[in-house]
Amino acid sequence: MQIVAKGLTYTYNPKSPFASQALKGVDLTIEEGEFFGIIGHTGSGKSTFVQHLNALIRLSGGQLRVGEYDLSSKKCNFVELRSKVGMVFQYPEYQLFAATVEKDVEFGLKNFRKELTEAEQTAAVREAIETVGLDYDALKDQSPFELSGGQKRRVAIAGVIVTKPEILILDEPAAGLDPLGKRELMELLHSIHGGWCKTIVIVSHDMDEIAENCTNAAVFSDGKVVLQGKPSEIFRQADKLFSLGLDIPMTARCALLLRAQGIEIDTDFTCDDFAEKVSALWRKGGNHAQ
Amino acid sequence: MEAVRFEHVKYSYREDESEYAVNDVSLSVEEGEFVAILGRNGSGKSTLAKLINALLTPTSGKVSVFGLDTSDEKQTFAIRKSAGMVFQNPDNQAVASIVEDDVAFGPENIGVPREEIGKRIDFALNAVGMQDFRNAMPSRLSGGQKQRIAIAGVIAILPKIMILDESTAMLDPQGRREVMAVVKKLNREQGMTVILITHFMEEALQAERAIVMHRGEVVMDGTPEHIFSHSDALETYNLTLPRAAYICKKLQAAGMPIGEAFTAEELAEEICKSLQKG
Ligand SMILES: Nc1ncnc2c1ncn2[C@@H]1O[C@H](COP(=O)(O)OP(=O)(O)OP(=O)(O)O)[C@@H](O)[C@H]1O
Ligand SMILES: Nc1ncnc2c1ncn2[C@@H]1O[C@H](COP(=O)(O)OP(=O)(O)OP(=O)(O)O)[C@@H](O)[C@H]1O
Ligand SMILES: [Mg+2]
Ligand SMILES: [Mg+2]
Repeated sequence: MQIVAKGLTYTYNPKSPFASQALKGVDLTIEEGEFFGIIGHTGSGKSTFVQHLNALIRLSGGQLRVGEYDLSSKKCNFVELRSKVGMVFQYPEYQLFAATVEKDVEFGLKNFRKELTEAEQTAAVREAIETVGLDYDALKDQSPFELSGGQKRRVAIAGVIVTKPEILILDEPAAGLDPLGKRELMELLHSIHGGWCKTIVIVSHDMDEIAENCTNAAVFSDGKVVLQGKPSEIFRQADKLFSLGLDIPMTARCALLLRAQGIEIDTDFTCDDFAEKVSALWRKGGNHAQ
Repeated sequence: MEAVRFEHVKYSYREDESEYAVNDVSLSVEEGEFVAILGRNGSGKSTLAKLINALLTPTSGKVSVFGLDTSDEKQTFAIRKSAGMVFQNPDNQAVASIVEDDVAFGPENIGVPREEIGKRIDFALNAVGMQDFRNAMPSRLSGGQKQRIAIAGVIAILPKIMILDESTAMLDPQGRREVMAVVKKLNREQGMTVILITHFMEEALQAERAIVMHRGEVVMDGTPEHIFSHSDALETYNLTLPRAAYICKKLQAAGMPIGEAFTAEELAEEICKSLQKG
């Protein structure tokens, strides 16, 4: 399903003295199959935008289409849309509530897939829990509150992917995870991407994470999309990003410093590619590994 | 002067003490130090932090802050006044309905005179780049904006020890840079002791000392560079190398003669040297 937003606007508490316009005309197309990154300064409208995609926030200005669902239409089937567009909030573990891991994950399913038999439900819950890398048999009867931070995050994600949404949106999914936990979460997302989950959209403040994982990205600023493209293109525009309150990945900073010394590294800014390009340059200089 | 001292400290959240979140920790932090605390989720970092400002008191052992015993209830107020803490989750931190009052809450609580409070609010909001939000409502701010207000609230107290528990996790890069710059400045110019709990290895490099926690115990204690040179142990503690150090290792593995690097600057310098030699 393709996502197309045109002139999307949104104001919190309209017609009140506290009115604040969070989206000021967002134009953005996200193609099916992308691992899409959204970056932008604090308060730039990222969360407000992504919450429109499964109608958690109802459209109030502009147009939004997600696959065949026209969110500006009164006839839009929002329940069906929500089963196809999964949303993982910021710090989703704070929304865990059930007595057991199994019940928590099952909840998402019961809402959307009423037609499933008991056995089918159990199978789906088991699959979701195993997909996020947890041991179903060992954890299903445990209280989610007794799990570690990383495990809670995984349970929360299982509760969203249990309906196998075609589009999965995650708002700062790695925030608060330890470094290995972050890496494992990204590996998990890549492992489901391309299967039943066609498109992944992540919101992140970590430029390195965007450079390492995303096929395409958009930069939000003050309620609008101001830059869009491959991370390798976006992160070439260091000055622009700095002026937008953002940063560039470590590799891009290093490439800039090298350029000042007359050394050009043509990289996509992932660590592995950067290392490869540097060692290729070194070999070209007549050096060889022993 | 010794700012923080842990002597064989154990803490258990359980009545039966069947498990310790902090297990026999002894350490000492000198006034003016900048210490990063690293470790996997659930390793006891936040518990350790809460033991410092007397939000928790040890199940056994002793914690002192500037010589004051945290288990002595008469000292709690004095301890909280000298050890300010910014928590992990900004959502439950706002206490007032407008930003200005929220930031004033801390200083008012410790008896800062009225005239002085205005200045402190200005200073703190400027420090986190939120001066335009003085009259905004905390409940209507974005996640990162709320976090900046929480940090301003602690800066306004001008504590002798500032504990940041993953306080920059939700900030945008500029916000992170700004907060880190303010914290470093307060550390350098006012001798404020900083304890920074973080999952960002690059952030840890800015500290002069890093402590790694694992299963409630302190398993490593040294300069960040020292800790990151023991890369085989890192994986056990769910840590990774800073990206520059990772690239450096890859280059070495490819046969390139290149010295150690932990930051982008160091990596660029080493690559330069190595290419020019070749
Ligand atoms: N519930 C709310 N009521 C009123 N205003 C809000 C509310 N939530 C957000 N806003 C405002 O809308 C704007 C956009 O907020 P949003 O949460 O979309 O930003 P964001 O890009 O996700 O920021 P962050 O990186 O800090 O999470 C901000 O100016 C914010 O103050
Ligand atoms: N309020 C609580 N009640 C019971 N157990 C708790 C409580 N808070 C923490 N724990 C447990 O104590 C241990 C240490 O937790 P702590 O929050 O100190 O870890 P942490 O290192 O800060 O982790 P993270 O990186 O996820 O923030 C964990 O096993 C955790 O589950
Ligand atoms: Mg947000
Ligand atoms: Mg913690």
